[in-house]
Amino acid sequence: MMEISQVINYLKEYNGPEIKLMEVCGTHTASIFKSGIRSLISPEIKLISGPGCPVCVTPTSYIDKCIDYAMMENHVLVTFGDMIKVPGQSASLSGVKGEGAKVEIMYSPFEVIEKATTNPNITYVIAAVGFETTAPVYALVIEEAIEKGIKNIKLLTSLKTVIPALEWICENEEEIDGFICPGHVSVIIGSEAYAELAKKYKKPFSVAGFEPEHILAAIYDLVRQIEEAGSENKHEKENTVNRFGTEDKTKTVHNLYKNAVKTEGNQKAIGILNKYFDEGPAMWRGLGIIGGSGLYLKTKYEEFDGGSAGLDLDKELPEGCCCGQVIVGRLNPNDCSLFGKACNPTNPYGPCMVSSEGACGIWYRNI
Amino acid sequence: MKITMAHGSGGKDSAELMARIFGKHFSNDILDKMEDAAVLQVNGKIAYSTDSFVVTPIVFNGGDIGKLCICGTVNDLLMMGAQPKYITCGFILEEGLEIETLDKIVKSMGEMAREAGVEIVAGDTKVVEGNGGIFINTSGIGLIQDEINVSASNCNVGDVVILSGDLGDHHACILSARMNMNNGIKSDSACLADITNGLFKNGIRVNTMRDVTRGGLGTVLNEIAEKSSCSIEINEISLPMDEEVKAFADILGLDPMYMANEGKMIAIVNGEDAEKALKSMRETLNGRNAAIIGYVKEGHGVKMITRLGGSRVVDVLYGEGLPRIC
Repeated sequence: MMEISQVINYLKEYNGPEIKLMEVCGTHTASIFKSGIRSLISPEIKLISGPGCPVCVTPTSYIDKCIDYAMMENHVLVTFGDMIKVPGQSASLSGVKGEGAKVEIMYSPFEVIEKATTNPNITYVIAAVGFETTAPVYALVIEEAIEKGIKNIKLLTSLKTVIPALEWICENEEEIDGFICPGHVSVIIGSEAYAELAKKYKKPFSVAGFEPEHILAAIYDLVRQIEEAGSENKHEKENTVNRFGTEDKTKTVHNLYKNAVKTEGNQKAIGILNKYFDEGPAMWRGLGIIGGSGLYLKTKYEEFDGGSAGLDLDKELPEGCCCGQVIVGRLNPNDCSLFGKACNPTNPYGPCMVSSEGACGIWYRNI
Repeated sequence: MKITMAHGSGGKDSAELMARIFGKHFSNDILDKMEDAAVLQVNGKIAYSTDSFVVTPIVFNGGDIGKLCICGTVNDLLMMGAQPKYITCGFILEEGLEIETLDKIVKSMGEMAREAGVEIVAGDTKVVEGNGGIFINTSGIGLIQDEINVSASNCNVGDVVILSGDLGDHHACILSARMNMNNGIKSDSACLADITNGLFKNGIRVNTMRDVTRGGLGTVLNEIAEKSSCSIEINEISLPMDEEVKAFADILGLDPMYMANEGKMIAIVNGEDAEKALKSMRETLNGRNAAIIGYVKEGHGVKMITRLGGSRVVDVLYGEGLPRIC
């Protein structure tokens, strides 16, 4: 067993070829910055923030539909706080609040049950945004509404699943050598969910918790997997001897968050997802439409759906905005010419600066 | 019985409310004259501050909006090295507010004012349409002795930063109440005179004081670093925090650096007086968990050395610090 000081020392002293690791979770991005992990490891180990921020990848047409509901008579739009500043085609939810839009912030979707019961003449539309972590919660709200005969709740879903996005990244971003898997999502889907990707693309995946020790252990694990087993030579696909001079071998998934993540995940939560949702294509801002990456209420529950399908249109990013490249790790936030100048948290141009978990927002606050 | 528009009309109902509630809890020689303005005799340098209070819920674990509005303005004066003397208060009451609740809040104000040694010398009440809410503005005057000079722009390289106690209590208390979470977290709303008086009595060379309210420690330190044209470096392991508040913050993804308190302050003192200042604070009720958390250095901005020895820039709070989706 290694001490954390030994892990830090190893990572600090690493002076091999450059390694690019993607952390696919806004909470990991925040935790990495809060603990100053980048300052503890070698500059040859690059940590890239991936598209694991549900707010950042939401297209403008979804926000516009939220605004439509907020302006509609006898309707209230209920949302998590970090969605209210995301810009739609021309306005954000916080922007239209002053014009009579009815927007309420929730700490938990279950609050809507009481609101809907107290005000039966108002339709409460929940901006149901998130990944596999949050999707079961919205489903349970619908389950409770059905049990209690509540008819005035709807979900406007922008729910996405992580594996298709990771596959897209593996297909399109060969520069990424390994992945720190999202901790909370992995609690739901299990560590085995990444196994096929690891095998197919020969890249290591490490499931990590959120304490800095967890994340450092995952980085260490990925670096060691890459060093020992190697990764494909970046320039010559045919060559099976990698840049470390070792033979290319299949990479694997290591679960370093065993006190929360099981191999098979949370079967009860998966059961709830399967009961209430079907898969479908979804628009990821910055990446495009990824098949099978969205969750939509099944037809039998369509009375609870607010018209979530087909919200694919996305406003062109402002000229100069590099969010599309930042979100897949091609650029760091401070490589964008707008970063810190025209674009900042008070005046955000793109989604990555708007959200508290967006890469640009976090870099701005911490660099 | 509830507040109605008649209570704000200036007529009979207003007068009854004044006598029954405000007069009962705020009585003093100056206020009892009931003139159009309070006439005061003050000599020398004064500090003058105002603040408005809009918190919901209005009654919470550890206090209420009444206690908050007196402590808030009193503390702002104390942070300038002033002795608070006189307070005014303006009330905006929404129709539907229970008079019993108003009485409780005004009683808290009276008690807090007496504890802080201040007199409430002027006030005003208006009633508006609404849903039973209450908003309070307080302003205050304090006297500053000639030899005292405390300012956010006074820090020097080598000064030591001392935090008076646990971070985030008030913020966690209010959020718990709004989320209907039953726990033992209490607001730390308190008047900080015991700490500030102790520092001056013990001859500590105090350069800057600030209470850690909205925006949290991160925002306060940045404001000071900018005004003093210096850098402040703090150590994460030194930051005191109650275990229950820490767990609450962890679950919701809140950063303690940006959580509000209502009874905590930082004092930035001459480096040679650091240990004496810490001892002085720890001898008081409100400063019993005080800790040295950092130092003033050359440069700009605020930096934190994290628990594992990494380094992180601490910026001001942007936005509202709301809990995250995931």
